[in-house]
Amino acid sequence: MTMLRIDNLHAEVGGTPILKGLSLEIGAGEIHAVMGPNGAGKSTLAYVLGGREGYEVTQGSVSYEEDDLLAMAPHERAAAGLFLGFQYPVEIPGVSNLHFLRAALNAQRDARGEEALSGGAFLKLAREVAASLKMDAEMLKRAVNVGFSGGEKKRNEMVQLGIIDPKLAILDETDSGLDIDALRTIGEGINAILRKPDKGVLLITHYQRLLEVVEPDYVHVLSDGRIVKTGGPDLAVRLENEGYGAIEEAA
Amino acid sequence: MSETLPLPTPPLPTKGDEAWRYADLDALAPVWPDIAGKREEIVVSAGESAARRIVLEARDPNVDIRTLAVRIGKHARFDLHCLAIAADYGRIAVEVTLEEGAHFELGGAILGSGGQTLEIVTDVRHAEPGATSNQVVRSVLGGKATGSFLGKVGVARHAQKTDAAQSVKAMLLDRTARANAKPELEIFADDVKCAHGATVGELDKAALFYMASRGIPPAEARRLMLRAFIADAFVAIEDEAAREEIEGRALEALGAML
Repeated sequence: MTMLRIDNLHAEVGGTPILKGLSLEIGAGEIHAVMGPNGAGKSTLAYVLGGREGYEVTQGSVSYEEDDLLAMAPHERAAAGLFLGFQYPVEIPGVSNLHFLRAALNAQRDARGEEALSGGAFLKLAREVAASLKMDAEMLKRAVNVGFSGGEKKRNEMVQLGIIDPKLAILDETDSGLDIDALRTIGEGINAILRKPDKGVLLITHYQRLLEVVEPDYVHVLSDGRIVKTGGPDLAVRLENEGYGAIEEAA
Repeated sequence: MSETLPLPTPPLPTKGDEAWRYADLDALAPVWPDIAGKREEIVVSAGESAARRIVLEARDPNVDIRTLAVRIGKHARFDLHCLAIAADYGRIAVEVTLEEGAHFELGGAILGSGGQTLEIVTDVRHAEPGATSNQVVRSVLGGKATGSFLGKVGVARHAQKTDAAQSVKAMLLDRTARANAKPELEIFADDVKCAHGATVGELDKAALFYMASRGIPPAEARRLMLRAFIADAFVAIEDEAAREEIEGRALEALGAML
């Protein structure tokens, strides 16, 4: 079953065209990696799918579980099961991680007509997920991402992913700024949370390292706003060895 | 037999009076005869502590002006926490005189929308050595509201080791709202610390999108961020029930603005 269908997507930022006819389909149970050089449009793709202001779709369509994704507000996309993992997670002074996540989870449950999770049940869930991702439970009490190191912020994204437990995750350079051990923990976290027959993943990355742990089903090369090549996990290895230039020329 | 003549009403302030430069004088005029020259006097005896909380209310005509004159004795402490809300023109004015080693704590929030004009005006006089004052004011303003903090700090010539701090931050929800922050320092002693900081900003759009991407609807996201923003004004209230009460009133006022 197709979860996400991106068809001939064109988008611009501040009047500059970035995505120029991008098409991609993600089925349930599939993990897709999108790789590409700086400026190819990887983050723009993530933000367009998340619905960020200032990212203007000029042509094409995106359907998510048969609904028009682009017609939904960002918080509605989240409630429908879409999760956007940020390359640069945002700091929110004065709002604790726990408060933030409980508000998020319960807003989503409310939008889906489900009952709110009680304080106790939520705390138990948050602690379990934090422990599984090797995050100190004390960090749950701190203000969202404030004073966190780059690695801690990324780990916090994964904790949020685990607590929210989305259907489709779009992870924008989740591996940047991580050391080898953190990379492994996060890769294993992605596998544990998302490697399931009813879930899908779009993993945006520069490097092959994370893909050694997560093992995508498909690898796409994004260049100048379009997918120029699609292959299996071996394509990521070739990119690592030969560089984007060689692959783009061959394509 | 002598008869006391009633004192004449002092003239209506003008924009030329520093302490009234951002006031809504048209709204003030009709109530002026009733309030002119009137103020509540508070004396905190040496070594004692006292606290006061003021929450402005809607009235008819909708003008609410509270004026305090506080004298804080030797090593005494006075805490004032206030909310400038509800009134079309609301003003909390406090004149404080600190004796040796005394402390004055002010935590205030100004929450206004529509055409409201709200202000907190302080005149803190460090009259003797070693006194401290800390003033924290947070404003959230929408529509065409004006929120002002005018904070005057005076340090007498012999009031050495004075430590006076002001932190004033305003958040504008609309470009049509206006925030004024005006510190005024008159320091005649040379061994003092007088710190003041003022900022005016808007809600962080990146944070709003981040919250939306986790499923939090826009109004709830703004409420969470603004709640954190104004919490600074009430963090010094040690009595938890009292803090929750005034924060609750502030959240109600915020909720009505979003």
